[in-house]
Amino acid sequence: MSDKPNIGLYWCASCGGCEESVVDLAEDILLVLERVNIVLWPVAMDFKKKDLEERPDGSILASLVNGAVRTSEQEEMARLIRRKSRHVMAYGSCAHLGGIPGLANQFAREEILQYVYEGSPSTANASRTRPATAIPKNGSSLALPEFHHLVRTLDQVIEVDYYLPGCPPTPRILKEALLALLEGELPPRGAVLAPDVALCEECPRQESKPADMSFTEFRRPHQTVLDPEVCLLAQGIVCLGPATRGGCEAQCIRGHMACTGCFGPTSRVRDQGAKILSGIASSVAADDPEGIDRTLDTLPDPVGTFYRYGLAASLLRARNRPL
Amino acid sequence: MLNHGAGVSRPSREWQPRIVAFFCNWCTYTAADLAGVSRLKHASNIRIIRVMCSGRVDPQFVLEAFARGADGVLMGGCHPGDCHYMEGNYKALRRVRLLRRMLRDLGIEEDRFRLEWISASEGEKVRAVVNDMTARVRSLGPLKLPEKFRDWDREIGELEEKVGKMEEKEHVG
Repeated sequence: MSDKPNIGLYWCASCGGCEESVVDLAEDILLVLERVNIVLWPVAMDFKKKDLEERPDGSILASLVNGAVRTSEQEEMARLIRRKSRHVMAYGSCAHLGGIPGLANQFAREEILQYVYEGSPSTANASRTRPATAIPKNGSSLALPEFHHLVRTLDQVIEVDYYLPGCPPTPRILKEALLALLEGELPPRGAVLAPDVALCEECPRQESKPADMSFTEFRRPHQTVLDPEVCLLAQGIVCLGPATRGGCEAQCIRGHMACTGCFGPTSRVRDQGAKILSGIASSVAADDPEGIDRTLDTLPDPVGTFYRYGLAASLLRARNRPL
Repeated sequence: MLNHGAGVSRPSREWQPRIVAFFCNWCTYTAADLAGVSRLKHASNIRIIRVMCSGRVDPQFVLEAFARGADGVLMGGCHPGDCHYMEGNYKALRRVRLLRRMLRDLGIEEDRFRLEWISASEGEKVRAVVNDMTARVRSLGPLKLPEKFRDWDREIGELEEKVGKMEEKEHVG
């Protein structure tokens, strides 16, 4: 047992879907277990922070960390995992790009706390209690993690060696990454372990994608009956495929849903949201400001649409505001 | 309201807006050149980057300019119908309309980002636009995104220190 390499799995600000995707390896997970020891996986097995602290530094071959970093506890664990692991892999959109939690960067910390603990219609909190980082209890003090001002990608907190994209990564992406790791065939450090081409390249509807798009109105899937064979952009549905990395085997498209961008940009794009904004907007049919605005007004939420997963990793990172 | 004299002879110690200007080769850049040759004085707050067409300005360029410390971004292109590449300026216009909205949602004031059509013969318009934009950005004050990023990220370093202290305490206790 001890000659097998050690693997760690950890979660930060995430929904649990990434953990689920590890189980989605199905029987292949047995093959993985034949070749590695899992030494950290709090969601599935019993591990304490102390167990990890007691391991020698660098004694874990690779740790797969999912989730964005929002609290001081997540940050602390990320740093500890970094010290103990030879490779740290950002697993899934949240660790890679900030993911859905990254959308919270549109709001200041105080706005979020105010809404969650006082303002939201389902909140009953007459005493306006807020979480505190130190609570006196029976003579001692109970410590809770700090809630940071920003949601961060994993590589904004610690050094990350590789990225497994996706919300969540597909079993195939995970399997190929583990094989490359165990066979010593990993690409240069910093790589995203998925093909470096846009999703359109592997989209089953690619042939019906018009060379020149021309939008007069953007429609949402519930507002229209969709042709299951034809390019979604050609049907006026915002699909982020042209600005999103492939490798997911176009699962959403095959399920008749547009791409929302979870695999992030290709290596040639720095800011996924700006890039898809560029592509979508330049294909609006109108030439005059009013006509253009009429079409663009049918996009209700540009930030939430174009930065669905990538706001924390974007050039601006968050809504501009005082700290 | 145009303010023709703004910024021309300010003392250098006072905060000066920095405006990145993407000017198209065929019209606006030539107009800026004409303004220079004609000795038209305008605010010296713009840093001109010559691009072949306003349609070449990727929205990423605009965001990057802000992220790296620009207080404003100005785009200049040929008038509608006059684009050297037929419709690059229309593409620029469409992108700008959506980008403006997104910038507003991300807390960047509208006056910090502007698109103007300036033909090769409109040296005077370069002066007017640059002066007006400089005055508007000056009244908004500095954007200072790099400094903000640094402030935001201070909480990360703080934790490292605090955790170190807590670990020491645990070992003692």
